[in-house]
Amino acid sequence: MTGDPASSDTPWLDQGAEPLIKIRGVTKKFGDFTAVNNVDLDIFQGELFCLLGGSGCGKSTLLRMLSGFETTSTGTISIDGIDMSNVPPYERPTNMMFQSYALFPHMTVEKNVAFGLKQDKIPAAQVAERVDDILKLVELQDYHKRKPHQLSGGQKQRVALARALVKQPKVLLLDEPLAALDKKLREQTQFELMNIQEKVGITFIVVTHDQEEAMTLSSRIAVMDEGEFVQIGTPTEIYEFPETRFVAGFIGSANMFEGRVVEDGPDHVRVMTDLGEIYIDHGQSVREGNRVWVAIRPEKIHLSKEPPTEPGPNQAIGMVDDIGYLGNTSIYKIKLENDRIIDVTAPNQIRPKTRTHRITWEEKVYLHWDASSAVLLNK
Amino acid sequence: MYGRRSRFLTFMLGAGLAFLYVPMIMLVIYSFNYSKIVPVWGGWSLRWYESLFKSEDVWNAVVLSLKIAVVNATFATLLGTLAGLAMVRFGKFRGRTLFGGMLVAPLVMPEVITGLSLLVLFITLKKLIGWPEDRGFTTITIAHITFSLAYVAVIIQSRLTGMGETLEEAALDLGAKPFRVLTDITLPRLAPGMVAGWLLAFTLSLDDLVIASFVTGPGANTLPILIFSRIRLGLRPDINALATIIILVVATGVAIAAFIMYRQQKQFQRDMQIAFQEEK
Ligand SMILES: Nc1ncnc2c1ncn2[C@@H]1O[C@H](COP(=O)(O)OP(=O)(O)O)[C@@H](O)[C@H]1O
Ligand SMILES: [Mg+2]
Repeated sequence: MTGDPASSDTPWLDQGAEPLIKIRGVTKKFGDFTAVNNVDLDIFQGELFCLLGGSGCGKSTLLRMLSGFETTSTGTISIDGIDMSNVPPYERPTNMMFQSYALFPHMTVEKNVAFGLKQDKIPAAQVAERVDDILKLVELQDYHKRKPHQLSGGQKQRVALARALVKQPKVLLLDEPLAALDKKLREQTQFELMNIQEKVGITFIVVTHDQEEAMTLSSRIAVMDEGEFVQIGTPTEIYEFPETRFVAGFIGSANMFEGRVVEDGPDHVRVMTDLGEIYIDHGQSVREGNRVWVAIRPEKIHLSKEPPTEPGPNQAIGMVDDIGYLGNTSIYKIKLENDRIIDVTAPNQIRPKTRTHRITWEEKVYLHWDASSAVLLNK
Repeated sequence: MYGRRSRFLTFMLGAGLAFLYVPMIMLVIYSFNYSKIVPVWGGWSLRWYESLFKSEDVWNAVVLSLKIAVVNATFATLLGTLAGLAMVRFGKFRGRTLFGGMLVAPLVMPEVITGLSLLVLFITLKKLIGWPEDRGFTTITIAHITFSLAYVAVIIQSRLTGMGETLEEAALDLGAKPFRVLTDITLPRLAPGMVAGWLLAFTLSLDDLVIASFVTGPGANTLPILIFSRIRLGLRPDINALATIIILVVATGVAIAAFIMYRQQKQFQRDMQIAFQEEK
């Protein structure tokens, strides 16, 4: 199950590795409505895997099928080699941390956490010890006797985590674990969650609609839309090489251009777009003459007041239409010669004396970007 | 507009309250009246209380009514809770709609119909199997259970629906088998609803005159039956004394319940405040 250490960081690349969770052709229908549509997924031991997507795209439904609260309409889920089809929730090797925390209001923190262990007929002394340990792990060692209504939001969240972790499940399922916390606490808790996951070594599957949270936490992300996976990959892969317009727009922001392939070389592609000719040095197989979409991230376009020394691809001319000051960076709205407006972000360069931007409103600017910056999109 | 109460509103409030409470106050005052004729004042006295405590009929009726009320409330809560659970937590089963409809039918059925039909049932049963031999405690209790369980079921259903299923799912997820989930999570959370249901069933039973009159037999008088039969012969001061005692008991009960609830709520708010402050 653990695999050799060399490949344990990226087990999904290892052809021989056996996934802990295998989801095969899983569909969930509520009446006529398809909430999850024919998804396949492998998740490996030790991963912190994120299901990312907008609200109502079927993330929770998929999680509930893993925990056994919903049956699959078609397809199979197996965990650690065992088909889960006929295994009830109380016999599955999974535990869930609920979006609303679902703490038992009539039990103390200690009783809440011990509840799962007691179901396994574990001796009382051992239960007490494990409860102590896990409450220490989430830094709630002094809160044994509190009732849920005597806890703050952040404390409730940690009790819920402790209660789900204490049985040492093979898989921990977390449904929007940080959504109820305010922004500052949420960012701090993200790192705590990662630390705890590393310490206990349990596979986490986290549902979230927050793309920054997914990028921070995950080993891999599955981006969902309307019940389907649109892309599965590491945060870097998903950010740097989005495959579809949906992914490019959902994770971070991107300028997207429709264009026509003018050359499809073995190691490069050239596409004619609104932005002029775009040269991409990582070839994908497309056909000359095809219409395609190209995405460029705002921070990968460079602005300059001087014209380029020689004309070529990956260049454009525009005028500064608007500037948004974001502190460490600024976002420039650049109007191209054909009136289209694109976004460019750049680190702030404020002239100390006049306190004005080096590049300012209504100025003519020259844009350029690297051959590796643009990405071809499939859809 | 809103800050100052207008005279008209104050007057209406006073009139409304007077309409509700003046009759009761009069009744209490007349219970201390020495005179035998109710509207004639004959000076203060406790003689009607004395005669009340000596009256065996009244004591028998009180004891019978309380016995019926307790047994009824207990069975109605048990059965009503099971029915509510079946309706809300057992998913779809065959005949669910029919079951739900029949469960609440006693709520809308006129009492005379319920009473009459139960009487017919008891008489028929006696003919067929020789039971119930006498009408009285057993038949009244059975009759009360049939309609109070409907009220309990409605309370339990609405509470279950309001609670949602997340906590039960959390318990299942932590490895509790369905029966453990029922005993450890659902029932404790349902307890306030069950207490409310029990109290309602208890009150309904104490209150009932119509149905009890139909299904009772000779010699088995509940308190409402006794009071009503005596009043038919004219207003009587000892009944005023009895009514005063009932008012006192009810008022004390309500005051205690309100006080306990108020204290719990205050404590709850304080706890939450502390938790909120700790977060900072
Ligand atoms: N029990 C249910 N019955 C009918 N529709 C449901 C049920 N559960 C979820 N859905 C629908 O399935 C879709 C996906 O829901 P969900 O998985 O909760 O989305 P999310 O990605 O926000 O977690 C939603 O449109 C929701 O209305
Ligand atoms: Mg959800």
